[in-house]
Amino acid sequence: MNVQPFKTIGIGVAFSPNLKANIYEASRLAGYFDATLVLIHVGQETPEKREEIDRLMQGCQGSSTPYYLEFRSGDPVAVILEVAAKQKVDLLILGAIQREGLLRYYVGSIARKITRKATCSVLLLINPSVERIACRHIVVNGLEDPKTQQTISTSFYVAQKLGVTKISIAEEIRQQEIAVQVNDHVSLRKANIIKDRLRLREGSRIKKIVEDLPTSLTADIEVHSQPIFGTRGYSIGHYAQVVRADLLVMNAPSELSFWDRFFPHDIEHILSELPTDVLIIQ
Amino acid sequence: MKPKKNSIASILRTLPENIFSGFVVSLIALPLGLGLAMASDAPPIAGIIAAVVGGIMVSILGGSHVTIAGPGNGLVGVLLVAISTLGLETAYVAIVVSGGLLLVLGFLRMGKIANFFPSSAIAGMLAAIGLIILGKQFHIMLGNRLSLPGSIDYLLAIPKTLIGLFSYVDRGIIFAAIAGISSLLIMVFYARLRSKIVQLIPAPMWIVLLWVGVSYFFELVMKQPSPIAADYMLSGIPEPAKIIEDIPTLQFTGLSSTAFWMNVIALTLVASIESLLSIKAVDKLDPQKRRANVNRDLKALGVATVASGFLGGLNVVTVIARSSVNVNNGGSNRLSNFFHALFLVIFIALFSTQLERIPLPALMAILVYTGYKLASPESVKRIFNVGREQLVIFFVTLIVTLIVDLITGILAGVFITFVIHLFVTKNPGLFFRNLLKPNVLMFKEEAEEGNFFISVKHFCTFLNFYKLKQKLDAIPEDQDVILDFSMCEFVDHTVMESINDYQDLFDKRGGHFEVIGLELHDTDSKHPFALRKLLPIPQIMQQNFTRRQRTLEELAKDYHISYTPGENHDCAFLRDFLFFKTKSIDYIYNSLTGEDASFKMFDVHYSEGEFIAKEVIRASMLHLRLSREIPIFSLDRETLLQRVYSLAGFTDINLDNHPDFSKRFYLRGEDHEAIRAFFTDELVHFFESNPYYHIESNGTSLLVFSKTRLASIKELKALLDFGKRLSQVAVSQ
Repeated sequence: MNVQPFKTIGIGVAFSPNLKANIYEASRLAGYFDATLVLIHVGQETPEKREEIDRLMQGCQGSSTPYYLEFRSGDPVAVILEVAAKQKVDLLILGAIQREGLLRYYVGSIARKITRKATCSVLLLINPSVERIACRHIVVNGLEDPKTQQTISTSFYVAQKLGVTKISIAEEIRQQEIAVQVNDHVSLRKANIIKDRLRLREGSRIKKIVEDLPTSLTADIEVHSQPIFGTRGYSIGHYAQVVRADLLVMNAPSELSFWDRFFPHDIEHILSELPTDVLIIQ
Repeated sequence: MKPKKNSIASILRTLPENIFSGFVVSLIALPLGLGLAMASDAPPIAGIIAAVVGGIMVSILGGSHVTIAGPGNGLVGVLLVAISTLGLETAYVAIVVSGGLLLVLGFLRMGKIANFFPSSAIAGMLAAIGLIILGKQFHIMLGNRLSLPGSIDYLLAIPKTLIGLFSYVDRGIIFAAIAGISSLLIMVFYARLRSKIVQLIPAPMWIVLLWVGVSYFFELVMKQPSPIAADYMLSGIPEPAKIIEDIPTLQFTGLSSTAFWMNVIALTLVASIESLLSIKAVDKLDPQKRRANVNRDLKALGVATVASGFLGGLNVVTVIARSSVNVNNGGSNRLSNFFHALFLVIFIALFSTQLERIPLPALMAILVYTGYKLASPESVKRIFNVGREQLVIFFVTLIVTLIVDLITGILAGVFITFVIHLFVTKNPGLFFRNLLKPNVLMFKEEAEEGNFFISVKHFCTFLNFYKLKQKLDAIPEDQDVILDFSMCEFVDHTVMESINDYQDLFDKRGGHFEVIGLELHDTDSKHPFALRKLLPIPQIMQQNFTRRQRTLEELAKDYHISYTPGENHDCAFLRDFLFFKTKSIDYIYNSLTGEDASFKMFDVHYSEGEFIAKEVIRASMLHLRLSREIPIFSLDRETLLQRVYSLAGFTDINLDNHPDFSKRFYLRGEDHEAIRAFFTDELVHFFESNPYYHIESNGTSLLVFSKTRLASIKELKALLDFGKRLSQVAVSQ
């Protein structure tokens, strides 16, 4: 496991009303993770723009954070991905859009494209704010997947850095794994026996992952494991909303094909409706 | 699972009961089968063939336990159209093909198809079928045979037939009308006669016995022919040998015509809806709490319909009336269905000539009564009570079905329902954006009780109810379920009604099914099944109690405490608890207060954070006022230490003489000495032997709750009981 998974944090800045909140949020996170901040602006470099960002960076809490600015014109998706690759960004911060009038967020088309193509971890923020909003509860996926080990250990790292006290690990179990179709009371009983067995199996698998982590990561954190039978990638988002989690940590999708646009797969459910802040670990 | 041997033994043990109930059912099935077939313009024996084939095949192949299969009421309207447009021969082909489609539906596991139709539209459709049956047969019942173009014309002609009744001169027709009217009276008043002897035989059989008796009376005693006109007598009951001779040879031609396929689809649609509704209803009656295998039953009905069609019989469906008679008479497995078919064969074999002594008007009176039951004013009133918009759906479906046809009618019902939903929510995006998204989360709470928690997002209507239903069906009925609609903006009547069915089912089978989060939804009517939409500005609607609120009211009565459902903004008594230090309390509602105000149990509406980071939370809590001062402390389960956060500076107080307690509980407070003194052996033992709750003292009172969400009634009762005992122990120190 990486001792320090996030050394360089990247964020795209646009001169929108959200600028201040975005910069404050990013520099605060850079402060927590002892990381360097790369501010990427898609557009022409002007002294005024540079001055404004410098002024904001001075004002915020993590003013000691090392940062540098990248100005480059072009297609936003390509520019941000290019700069992120060049600067070896480990974590890219993206903002979500709020659907008018409703407390419901989704990821805009640019951010969505970046999320799909990014080779680094991505943090989607639903409401970046100037003042810190404490993060208290993380929900992380516990899928049976080679990436899960890394994702869980990173989320414990994030939890330690942000002072999070509770982590829930949600294991989504596909409906197909229950080989029995529920038709009547007999098959219902069979299905429930299988479910109990799967629950135990998943529970012990997660327990082992957590036990294998160094105690420096797991200390003072309450761990809770919750198996869920349901649509993969969807249930975890809904679950995060139900338990009012502050951050949802997910594996990066294995590969996104053309068809994923039409048949939403794992991560797409989350992107179309962000339940909370989402961290996608690459 | 039970061993096989056991089940064979139990089948043998229940054999006499099932033979008896099969016999009673066959007593109804005989006149109904004849009548339904005649009402469909098919030869009367076609109904009996359907019942016999259905009884035998479904009992062998089916997946339900106490249902009876045979010709259905709902299908009369469709078969009538099919036979009049296609002719009898081609109609049999349509029946065979619709049986095949039913079989396909079963293989595709489409047992959920009935859930895709709004319940008011189905009610409208059934009422229209009822009116079609009633309209057509009413005239024959009164001895006035008519031939009119549309089913609505028959209804409009009813007054004329009634007036014409007084101008009959033909003696035969007068007697026919008397037979019809007296039979209708028997049907109407049968249920009121509670005499055991009367109830031993079902009403339709009484009618048959009465008129066969009258016929013999005239022949043997009066020595004169039956007074009823000959063409108003049941005819064409063939001898058993003749039935086999008469088996039609089907010509599979004309399959390309649109009319043929429209009829096939209508037959399949109504057969599947009628069967599925009946299977679901009969499942609730099953004394052995089994769950029917709906898809297997569909397949069996499909096979039976194909066979019945080839043999010259009608569609086979599951029928609710005969099935409930079966349950009431002790039918406990599929053998009763089998024996009902067997007895029908015996009746036809032995009494086929006697059956021709039944006057047609008497048989039609049975059908008029059945039709009236389907379209009774009570069902209209019931729908009106649910809400005006349901009545619109009901009547649109009903009228379109009567004027155009059944498929157009049900489609119109679906369409108008959706338009009404758009109109009520004023938010088309809600439906279009979220229609295909999964919207249901279910998980088993990892606590000692192991509740199933289900949360529904966006909207829940007939369009996507199957997603919720799928989750609900995966839960054994003896478990505890909490269904949370607080994230759901719109819930329609179809869902509310189905949820109510689930609640009844869980109640019956020892489980518990609680719906929470509907208190914030707005409704138009007081009916528990009314559709509900989430209000933009949360407020408690006084005019409509949710089921939870009504149960709370009952609970209050039961415990002799007072219940106030409305909002109460006076929450000062909560503010000095540490838990609420970092939260803002909006109001409490659904409060239950003890007579001396010693305790108060309530749902509290509070929020964490502010503005866009604001999280609105609703939780159920118990507040206990104590008669003496106690130290300030908070007690939690050790692992859940972070539930109450930001109590910086307080550390866990361990009691030296109670290691188990110290290990399991997280006790905090400033005045360690006083707290140690307060936690006597008795109190510690009390906590050790009871479920975990979050307990907090502010010096003069206690705050107790288990989870930061609304609690079910069962949880509230447990909380109240725990609180009462706790305050006794705490004060007695």
